[in-house]
Amino acid sequence: MTDEAQDIIGDYRYGFHDPENSTIRFDQGLSEQVVRDISELKNEPQWMTDIRIKAYRHFVERVMPEWGNCDLLDQIDFESIIYFLRSSTKTEKSWDEVPDDIKNTFDRLGIPDAEQKWLGGVTAQYESEAVYHSIREDLEEQGVIFLDMDSGLKQYPELIKKYFGTVIPHSDNKFSALNTAVWSGGSFLYIPKGVSVEMPVQAYFRINAKNMGQFERTLIIADEGSSVHYVEGCTAPTYSTDSLHSAVVELIAMEGAKIRYSTVQNWSSNVYNLVTKRAIAYKNATIEWVDGNIGSKLTMKYPSVLLKGEGSHAEVISVAYAGEGQHQDTGAKVHHLAPNTTSNIISKSISKKGGRSSYRGLLQVTPKSTGCRSKIVCDALILDDDSRSDTYPTMEIGNSTADLEHEASVSKVSSDQLFYLMSRGFTEDAAMGLIVNGFFEPFTRELPMEYALELNKLLELEMEGSIG
Amino acid sequence: MAEEILRIENLHVSVEGTAILKGVNLTIHRGEIHAIMGRNGAGKSTLANVVMGHPAYVITEGSIFYKGQPLEELAVFERARAGMFLSFQYPAVIPGVQVGTFLKKAVTSVRSEAPKGRAFRKELTAAMEQLSMDKSFLSRYVNDGFSGGEKKRLEILQMLLLKPNLALLDETDSGLDIDALRIVAKGINEVAVDSACMIITHYQRLLDLVKPHYVHAMINGAIVQTGGPELALELEDRGYDWLDVTA
Repeated sequence: MTDEAQDIIGDYRYGFHDPENSTIRFDQGLSEQVVRDISELKNEPQWMTDIRIKAYRHFVERVMPEWGNCDLLDQIDFESIIYFLRSSTKTEKSWDEVPDDIKNTFDRLGIPDAEQKWLGGVTAQYESEAVYHSIREDLEEQGVIFLDMDSGLKQYPELIKKYFGTVIPHSDNKFSALNTAVWSGGSFLYIPKGVSVEMPVQAYFRINAKNMGQFERTLIIADEGSSVHYVEGCTAPTYSTDSLHSAVVELIAMEGAKIRYSTVQNWSSNVYNLVTKRAIAYKNATIEWVDGNIGSKLTMKYPSVLLKGEGSHAEVISVAYAGEGQHQDTGAKVHHLAPNTTSNIISKSISKKGGRSSYRGLLQVTPKSTGCRSKIVCDALILDDDSRSDTYPTMEIGNSTADLEHEASVSKVSSDQLFYLMSRGFTEDAAMGLIVNGFFEPFTRELPMEYALELNKLLELEMEGSIG
Repeated sequence: MAEEILRIENLHVSVEGTAILKGVNLTIHRGEIHAIMGRNGAGKSTLANVVMGHPAYVITEGSIFYKGQPLEELAVFERARAGMFLSFQYPAVIPGVQVGTFLKKAVTSVRSEAPKGRAFRKELTAAMEQLSMDKSFLSRYVNDGFSGGEKKRLEILQMLLLKPNLALLDETDSGLDIDALRIVAKGINEVAVDSACMIITHYQRLLDLVKPHYVHAMINGAIVQTGGPELALELEDRGYDWLDVTA
């Protein structure tokens, strides 16, 4: 692609958008009244309204984080953001009923008509609420609940009330407070005891309105001995004004349960992506975060696991790609709170054209967590001299029986690798694309095939014109 | 007379300001095998790399022509697509990239179109069988954790698939045991029938299996003696001192 064409369509390949087609839309800005209105409009129980108000008050009082990229954080103008917008009035049950312009957007993104594919249910979040929601019959028969969060609250208020905000309280940080105050959409997934969901359950998120903040809220509960793989992907169109995405994701894995949560996010370069993700693993449970971050202006995201039960296990595999004008501040946090707990963290980042990637990690081992093991591997690849990579690892080790490993590397693409590939007919860009895909492979291979192919393709496109 | 594939005229090359090649002349026609022999540091690898276009090597004087066309006009990948191939002495490791994916993409790049799935698989299987390579190679990462012999086999496999007009083989025999050497030699002989072949080696043993038409002795950046296969035997026997005017 020529530079000129690049300028016209912007850096973001999927940077098109449909005409906004919203039936209900709030004005910009946030107040206690806006929060009340959101709750009222959704016909929520009083307790949820109360949580929202409490969270809103905390958000107002809470100062901005004083770490990370403070300059960028301070540029967020909360008054210019629209906090609620509903693009279609009911939640669709069948793909045929989804409005054409919304379908069109999904088609252009190449998102498959999921039922024909091997993927499980699909929740397509279009703006604030799910417009399409499908659960394969076999999931329903197994007693699996897979709903958008608003429907979940209506149909299973007791379950939501019991677990909502128990992993990430509204007071956790400024953005979890904001999310709790104005959340809309997201997924609610419950896997009953002993049920293994064989196919990945997936949701596709998308921001489509100018200045549209997206505050989805996801809660996944895997009951004893159950297992599930949840997949979420995001793409966003390009806009000239800033967008804010601030999600909260809570996972609870009961005894012997396993949850894998895979995300590939590809935000356009004006989006603030400030997400709180945390999981609790009870006895012998496993949590796996597979987290890919491409694009955005600033991403701050550190998937966390509280290893609360003996023998529980955490895996966090994350990749970040920071291009021009982008800062990926990502990492992982694992808290070993019980004996014989284990964790594996793999973090890979690529910085290009002045992009910056930071790994920020926390490993905590409490005095009670005897016999635990942890391995952390951080690899950074820097593609040119303008780009930057930093590592901020923190370890709080409270007992001497812990077996810990930490490896970190920063590398550049070698001229020998490029020459080797070019001698096999690859252009310089194609050679770079192949090397970059290879670097991310430990992550990509963990994804469902469609996502892996899309990610590889995006990275290859990103490498076009990357040299000289 | 067979088609001229490679012509090197009075080639001078430096690396980081140090002169390595000092006036090399060499012409190779289709169907010819030329062996370049010499001590370490004589400039043999530099010759192969500069022909393929390694950016670290700077031509300070002289020219290289491929099928009559000056090579300086061609980028490295264009040389590959024009039918040039370098079997590396030290092939680069590409972590995370599976051999199968890499081969398919390389063949697609060089042939300028994606090979038909089924035909390609057949071709690949046949070539791998010929080189006694197990199918499991395809899912390993390119040269990652490969033994010396495995790396060289993968180079020859690429050569069989890419079917070059000019094959530059840089110490392809080093690190190979005698069985592997036989297998690799068979692959080279197959390609050599219809291409121009430059074999860089220290040892006679590969030349027992791949019969060169010409043997060149290189000393201190220049070819000082050219002969037939008997020169290789003489070099093996007598070493290089008798040719080295500076010694």
